[in-house]
Order: sequence, then C-alpha cells, then structure tokens
Amino acid sequence: MNGKLIIGIARSLLLARWRQTLVAAVGVTFSIAMFITLLGFMNGLNDMLDGLILNRTPHVRLYNEIKPTQQQPVNLSADFKNSYNFISSVKSGISRQEIYNSGPILKAVKADARVLGATPKLTAQVFFNEGTIDITGVINGVDVEEENRLFNFQDYVTTGHAIDAKNVANSIILGKGLADILVADIGDVVQITTVLGERFSLKVVGYFQSGIQEIDKVQCYASIGTTQKLLGKPNNYMTDIQVKLHDLDMAPAVAKEYASVFNIDAEDIQTANSQFETGSNVRSLISYAVGITLLVVAGFGIFNILNMMIYEKMDSIAILKATGFSGSDVNRVFLVIALSIGFFGGLVGLLLGLLFSMVIDNIPFVTAALPTIKTFPVNYNPLYYFIGGSFSLLTTYLAGFFPARKASKVDPVEIIRGK
Amino acid sequence: MREIILEARHIHKQFHDPVTVQVLTDINFTITKGEFVSVIGKSGCGKSTLLYILSTMDTDYQGELLIDRELMTGKSDAELAHIRNAKIGFVFQFHYLLNEFSVLRNVMLPGLKLNKYREQEVEHRAMERLKMLGIDHLAQKMAYRISGGEKQRVAIARALINDPYIIMGDEPTGNLDKRNSELVFDIFKELAETHQQTLLIVTHDQSFAQNTGRIIEMEDGRIIRH
Repeated sequence: MNGKLIIGIARSLLLARWRQTLVAAVGVTFSIAMFITLLGFMNGLNDMLDGLILNRTPHVRLYNEIKPTQQQPVNLSADFKNSYNFISSVKSGISRQEIYNSGPILKAVKADARVLGATPKLTAQVFFNEGTIDITGVINGVDVEEENRLFNFQDYVTTGHAIDAKNVANSIILGKGLADILVADIGDVVQITTVLGERFSLKVVGYFQSGIQEIDKVQCYASIGTTQKLLGKPNNYMTDIQVKLHDLDMAPAVAKEYASVFNIDAEDIQTANSQFETGSNVRSLISYAVGITLLVVAGFGIFNILNMMIYEKMDSIAILKATGFSGSDVNRVFLVIALSIGFFGGLVGLLLGLLFSMVIDNIPFVTAALPTIKTFPVNYNPLYYFIGGSFSLLTTYLAGFFPARKASKVDPVEIIRGK
Repeated sequence: MREIILEARHIHKQFHDPVTVQVLTDINFTITKGEFVSVIGKSGCGKSTLLYILSTMDTDYQGELLIDRELMTGKSDAELAHIRNAKIGFVFQFHYLLNEFSVLRNVMLPGLKLNKYREQEVEHRAMERLKMLGIDHLAQKMAYRISGGEKQRVAIARALINDPYIIMGDEPTGNLDKRNSELVFDIFKELAETHQQTLLIVTHDQSFAQNTGRIIEMEDGRIIRH
C-alpha cells in the first residue's frame, strides 16, 4: 500500500510541526468561512431585494394600452395610397382599457403548461373623502386567493388577513401610509368617491405595506367583485391579466407569443425590471471576487509554510530518497500535506461559515421599509459550499504544487555531502 | 568464483562548478558476495564521490555501473529509487533518522516502501533486526530521543530491513566515540562473517580499515591498491 505509506509520512510530517500546520489551516479556514458567509449574506440580500420587486411582479402582464391606432383610416384607403397624409390631433378615442375577450384568454393562459398561474386584475382611480379633503388613491381589484398563491400577497398585509378582502363584503385593504393619513383603524369605514362621481362606503379589513412609501400612500386592494361594483362594470371586466411562469427566463418569449396570439399588449418582467438583474449580478460578482481574493491570500500562506517546511526537512527528504523513495513519491508526500491542509482547513471553514451565516440569520433587522423581514436575510445555497470546498482544495493544490516539485528535485547527494 | 554483487567499469567523473575538475579517473573493481570492503584515502581523494556513484544516487558520471549484474547506468530516477530500496542499504556518518518517526517506524519505512511483506510482517522483521543489534528496547522511542551510537545502530537496522545485496557506509563511525565505533565495527564484522552480508564502507579510520576483509585505497581519484 504505497498510498497509505505516503499518507502516513505526510501525516507524521504535518503533526511534527502542528503549530505551523494549524496556522496554515486556520488561514484556509478563515478564508473559506468568510467566503461562505459573504456569499450567503450577499445573496440573501440579493434575493430579498429581488423578491421585493420580482415576487410581486407578474412574469408576463397582459393588458390593453390606450394609444391611437397606428393605421389611421386615410392610410388604409386605396385612393390616398401614393400621397403623403398629414393628420393632426390624433386621439386614442375608441380604444378601451378593458381586455377584450378576457374570459377565454384567461382560460387559454391557465391551460398553458409553462404557466404556473394567471390571475386577473383591474384598477380603479378613486378619491378618499376625509372631511372636506379628497385624497387620490388607486384600488386594485385582485383575486385574493390566487394573488396569495402567486405573489405572496399575505406577506405584505401587515395587519389583518388578506382573505378578509374577499370574505367581507365591501371591504378594502388600505396602504399603510394612506391609512395613517385617513386615521382609519381596522373595522372603520372609509368613504370613497369614484371617478364617475358615485359614493361608496368600504370597511377597512387590513393594512398593506410594500416597503415603498410612495406606493403605500396610494395603493389599496379590494376583491375583484368589489372593484367591478365601484366602476359599475360587469363581472367579466378586467384590465390586466397577470401571468406567473414556472421558469422566469422564458418570460420574454412567452410575452411575445401571447402578444401576437391574443392580439394584446404583453410586457415581460425582464423588460420591466432590467435594472434589478444588473444590480444582483454586480453584487454577486463583488462577493465572489472578495472570497476568491481571501482564498488566494490563504494559498500564499500555505505556499510559504510548505516552502519553509521543505527547507527544514531537506535531511528527511534526502534520507527518504536514499532509502528508495523516488522523486514522485516525495512529490506526492508534499502534495498530500498541502491538500490535507486544504481539506481539513476547508471543512472546518465550511462549518464555521455555516455557523456565521446562522448567527447573521438571527440578528434582528427590523425596518419599516421591509415589513416581511425580521432578521438579516441569508442564502444557504449548497452551491456556495461546493464552490468554497472545491476552491480550497484547488488553491492548496496549486500552493503545494511548486514546493512539492522542488522537494522532489532535491538531490540527496548534495544534502548528505553538505553536512 | 563467487557471485559478483557490484562491478564498476571505467568510471570517470568531473565536477564542473566553478571550473572543471577531474574527481574520479578510470575506476575499475568488483565486489563479490560476502566481502567486507573498506575504501580509504585522504580527504578529497574522491572516495565519498565514488560511493555516491556506486549507490546510484549520483548519476552524473561516465562509465558503467553494474549491481547484481544489472546495468545501472542510464536508468530512470524511479527505477534507481526502487533498486536503492530493494538492493542497497545505507549507513551515513550523520545517522540521518527521520525525527518525526519512532525508531521502529524509521526501520520499517524502507520495508513498507518495498511493499513485499504485509505491515505486520515488516514490523516483525524490524523488531528482529533491532533485537539482533541489541536495541529492541528503544523501538517505541522517538528517533531524536536516543544517543548517537544508538542512532547509528538504528540506521544499520534500517539498512538491513530489505535484506539488501550490499550495505554501503559513508564514514559510519566518523561521528562516534571509540566505544561506539568498536560496537558498530563489531556489528559489521558479524554481519559479514555470520550472515554473509556484503559491505562497502568508506572510512578514513585506518584501524577500522585494517580489520576489514579487503581495502581499496584511493588517491587523487584513482584506485592505487585493491
């Protein structure tokens, strides 16, 4: 068992200088632990920030944009085909916000295998009457159950239950900022005036807090039925269909397809929120760069210690060679030394990184802007642990490579003569 | 005619640094099985250099070297390492034990490397040799905790572990006091006489050499008497 023998020799050499070994291993441990902690924390933050927007944003949004017809009648007329037509004061008069044929579209979208779920939405502009002052607001009519399932609606309802918006007739969930302005407690009734001039009384069943102040001052939620009633529309009226897909990356393709199939406007999440992805990528890149720098520094530490060890162990190397160990045996001994420092240092580092992550995960982090977050967010993706582990082995291997090669080339005659 | 263990044919060697110096000139001799040979000569006559060439550690020479009628010249590093492991035992002036290991482990290492016997068997053989040299009570001690004379005997035990064709020594008594020198010499003598062990010992100790079976005397890189 040559391998066993070589490992045995490496172990003895390591343990003979356990202090040095420990210093080298602690270097690796520290850098791996920091690598894991940093990546876990950074990506936890990334996920949270992305989640803030992306979780609540439909992957594909189907709607009807109010815009003038591109092909004005005069352009379609054969008589004026060869002339320049100047049209002024073009109005988008006959277009409607409502999605035409909404029922069948919703049904078709839900039947699509790529789609996790689709839910209708409509918005109503209203005035909240507070004494003599009218405050503008927007009521979003949503299918509460589907909204919960697909967009974590309940997470943002900080007080009260989201489902009450459906279960209680003529009820509303107010934005927290708006509720503060209106001084409306749960169970109070607020007066609203629709754009058509009709007055309604709605019962407050909860507060909604998105984390973005400007939104919370304006946005409110109610059930679809309630909102349709406010607008005086029938129960098939909807202005948006929000689609959530199984795979986020397919959104642009799906949006394009739906736009042409349903003859409708479709916007995908990547187009709507491109800046978020860029931010996430840059943050990930920074944390990888810092982590790898730490590992490289640790690698130099190991390189130094191995180099020193080889100078110290010249006699031992010479004697090993004189008694029949070949250059490659000696090379392997030192590579095993380097790799075991990497392996054990890295292993402890991974555990320590997990521990640090758990500590960070339990530090309270309460901010009004992020109602769903109670402690610092941490991502425990096993991929980071895998990268950290393999990188510690890789750096220590590289750090050990040159010293080991040097050791393998030691000429025993020179050492034995030199005494 | 007894079996030839080692044969040197027209061995020449130069040192090139800083200027070319002829160290060995046309070395020819043979050693047969069971011979106890000493190489003597003044300091700088090239006897150690010759020993390193004969031991296969130094490969930078002209001429031919045969051990056990096998040509060593031109073999690869790994092949030579294997030959050193299996066929040659070494005893140096400065005992050269591995301080990280126990005495027993030091003796066992070349045996484990040879991988001819199982570990328990190698351990048994190591203990046998330590017993033969009267140092079996030191087996579990760390190598750096024993005296110089004891270290040299451990080194001899290590040289014997793989039943080598030849044991080579580079001033093995050079660093020892008289009593220990005699002890080591007696061990060599006994090995040669009762175990038919071939020995090639480089020394400048005349009294040591006088008692060996054969003396090769060197001067200025040439053999003047053998």
